Amino acid sequence: MASKVRVETTINGEPTEFLCEPRQSLLECLRDVLHLTGTKEGCNDGNCGACTVVMNGALVTSCLVLGPEAQGARIETVEGIAKGNQLHPLQQAFLEEAALQCGICTPGFLVASKMLLEKNAQPTEQEIRLWLANNLCRCTGYDKIIRAVQKAATQMAEVKA
Amino acid sequence: MSTYSVIGTRPIRHDGADKVTGRALYGADLQLAGLLHGAILRSPHAHARIIKIDTSKAAALPGVRAVVTADDLPDSGDRMVDLGEGETPLSFIRGNVLAKGKVLYRGHAVAGVAAVSAHVAEQAANLIQVEYEVLPCVLTAPSAMADGATLLHDNLMMKELGQNTGKPSNVSEHFRHLMGDPAAGFAQADVVVERVFDTATVHQGYIEPHNATALWNNDGRVQIWCSTQGSFVVRDATACVLDVPVSQVKVTPMEIGGGFGGKIPVYLEPVAALLSKKSGRPVKLLMSRRDVFEATGPTPGSHIRVKLGATKEGKLVAGEAYLAYEAGAYPGAMVGPGAMCVFAAYDIPNIVIDGYDVVVNKPSTAAYRAPGATNAAFATESVVDEIAEKLGVDPLELRLRNAAKEGTRRADGPKYPRVGCIEVLEAMKNSDHYKSPLTGPNQGRGVAIGFWFNVGLPSACTIAVNADGTVTLVEGSTDIGGTRTSIAMQAAEVLGLPAEKVQPTVVDTDSVGFTAVTGGSRTTFATGMAAHDAAQDVVRQMKERALKFWKMDAATPVEFAKGVFTAGDKSITWNELCTKQARTGGPVVGRASVNPRGVGGSFAGAIADVEVDPETGKVTVLRFTSVQDAGKAIHPSYVEGQMQGGSVQGIGWGLNEEYYMSPDGTMMNSSLLDYRMPTALDLPMIETIIVEVPNPGHPFGVRGVGEANIVPPPGALANAIYHAVGVRMNSLPMKPSAVMEAIWSK
Repeated sequence: MASKVRVETTINGEPTEFLCEPRQSLLECLRDVLHLTGTKEGCNDGNCGACTVVMNGALVTSCLVLGPEAQGARIETVEGIAKGNQLHPLQQAFLEEAALQCGICTPGFLVASKMLLEKNAQPTEQEIRLWLANNLCRCTGYDKIIRAVQKAATQMAEVKA
Repeated sequence: MSTYSVIGTRPIRHDGADKVTGRALYGADLQLAGLLHGAILRSPHAHARIIKIDTSKAAALPGVRAVVTADDLPDSGDRMVDLGEGETPLSFIRGNVLAKGKVLYRGHAVAGVAAVSAHVAEQAANLIQVEYEVLPCVLTAPSAMADGATLLHDNLMMKELGQNTGKPSNVSEHFRHLMGDPAAGFAQADVVVERVFDTATVHQGYIEPHNATALWNNDGRVQIWCSTQGSFVVRDATACVLDVPVSQVKVTPMEIGGGFGGKIPVYLEPVAALLSKKSGRPVKLLMSRRDVFEATGPTPGSHIRVKLGATKEGKLVAGEAYLAYEAGAYPGAMVGPGAMCVFAAYDIPNIVIDGYDVVVNKPSTAAYRAPGATNAAFATESVVDEIAEKLGVDPLELRLRNAAKEGTRRADGPKYPRVGCIEVLEAMKNSDHYKSPLTGPNQGRGVAIGFWFNVGLPSACTIAVNADGTVTLVEGSTDIGGTRTSIAMQAAEVLGLPAEKVQPTVVDTDSVGFTAVTGGSRTTFATGMAAHDAAQDVVRQMKERALKFWKMDAATPVEFAKGVFTAGDKSITWNELCTKQARTGGPVVGRASVNPRGVGGSFAGAIADVEVDPETGKVTVLRFTSVQDAGKAIHPSYVEGQMQGGSVQGIGWGLNEEYYMSPDGTMMNSSLLDYRMPTALDLPMIETIIVEVPNPGHPFGVRGVGEANIVPPPGALANAIYHAVGVRMNSLPMKPSAVMEAIWSK
């Protein structure tokens, strides 16, 4: 067994350090080492988007990032989306619009949608579809997910105004 | 006008906060003290004899705690077992868990390893040396049925029209449904269309891979945590395979990340249990995506011939179907349901249907949302469209003239009670979509309808009343798409409570009565009925408590309406009576068990507008409408969600998805990049029209909506492609290369 590497990183704003094997992916480190199991594994080869997290301001599939690459990075996961007891407007909209069925893809969709709205506060339907094409959902046919993102965008704009 | 206060509303699901915050615990999320991680060694061959397995190098690797093969499975002989979907030989269930003697498909499990980490376990699995004698493989129903084809099982004897032939064959069964006089019927027909269709193997494609954790405790009890559609089926199957009594197995269903029928069989659970027994530690097994494709239960590929005859007035007078479905490695291809559904939407007096269940060297197939029906409907709906064209009749009009209705007899026997086929067709005809014109060249519109019979099966439920006026509801149906809420809402309606005041919990197999799988569109129907009945039991007991509280005669009639119990001039609110439980006899607990007979089948329809690129053959779905008879939509948002999800799976099946097999039986596209399921970018919004023709067999009229919606899309798309570019597609998927070939050979 390879000896473990010490990694210092920031996860959802919290300075975090952990030990991992060099061959462990960031997804494994989040789930198995840090027990942040909100980030899901659907394929382990970067094709389903269930393990999507934000790393230094960019969306990544955490199954394709090695744990040691998180050294010095800022990581954001689904666990950091709500502010305390307050759900993010996207989380609230996903619930109100029934945008999840089994819920396994939901963390990835929330992380990706949050970044979309940070970059483009009023995306069109087509812009949402293009942005979320990295995330597979097999239950909903995407319709209600698109509506939830649109609803959250509208609500966030109203709060700002 | 709705008379309901909860049914038909759209409350937020009870497990919602957990699922948008990442807190919901799915099977892979489970952590236990001392947990070991496992790996499975799988066959690299589609068909081979196992000569020798040497596990010594694997066992010697540091960190490895246990290695198992089929030799570690108890050999309790063979017998027929019924796990809720008909009888299956135990040897087939056991053989699929760990191969004995032969491997029958690439990906077939051969050995399992438990180690201190998943990486070590994987490394160890690769150190297991298996000597194989590779055998020829058969990959399609026609090739497996051919004379002289390689046989998968020496002991599989073909059953021919109910008789055991004693003849070894890859055809496990040939059955026939015959009604009326098909030859005479075709003789009356002015138009006869007969076509042959092929459909590829496709996968349910749930995003969560299978997982199982097991602890074989020192007292002999086996505990299992897993992702399953049916905790009791896992319990019973695991007990059979391990040859222990069902009472010794406890299954805790974790949250489940999609199933669609594919998470009913056991794959990992018995292996994890054996590894736990050997190591004395809990063991977790996870499948990779490739394992999911290669070693779980996709839906059958099929070879189908459909012939229909109609009079010039547009009356279908005769139908003939030949259905050969690929079961995969073990019998059970869902050709039975395919035969039940192939002409189920039509009132045709003369029908003959021949079904063949054929084993091939591909993974053993499982259910997939209306299993068997989509393949069949693709064929029938294509032929019906062709007849409509030949007769010059609107395709919906032709379907309306022949639609199944109350009293129509299906060729497999049953006569329909009240069904909603006509109402679905009328909703399609009256839809904004059907009335809107197409807008450009190479565009076409197709329609199709489909049927799924739905199932009942047992469910149990208890409801305990809390002093604060809420109730807790305990049920055993794993919640894949919001059924905690659709079940709780039915109890809430009876109790006069808002949905939020009913707290539903899905529990393990030690904590509730036997409850069959979440499948067959049965959960909101059957477990919902159990919740309804348990709530009625609560109301009955609460009335007794009111009389006790008032010190009135126990025979006095009590009214319960709008949250108030009344008898004569006495009245007490639900909330207040809830605080009086201790002094009127202790906690009130309602219970119910059901095995409902009044199952209501569901019809669905699809309208698809497509544009076909004549240069590349790519089909773009421009507009899509799904119509379905829900009976009664308990939570309309989740009914729409089922319709949209089923439609999009049907679109994927129709246009992209297939097991692309090499001649040696290797799936060439076993990743989610190459097995191309629809993304958000591939689709339009999916419009929905919920039709409600109440099912007389359910207190609120529920039929169940999980499945029928996947049945029509491939047929609707095929018809749309024809109306766009004039080619009749006779195989699935209708991928760009297939469409181009059809255009070139026009």
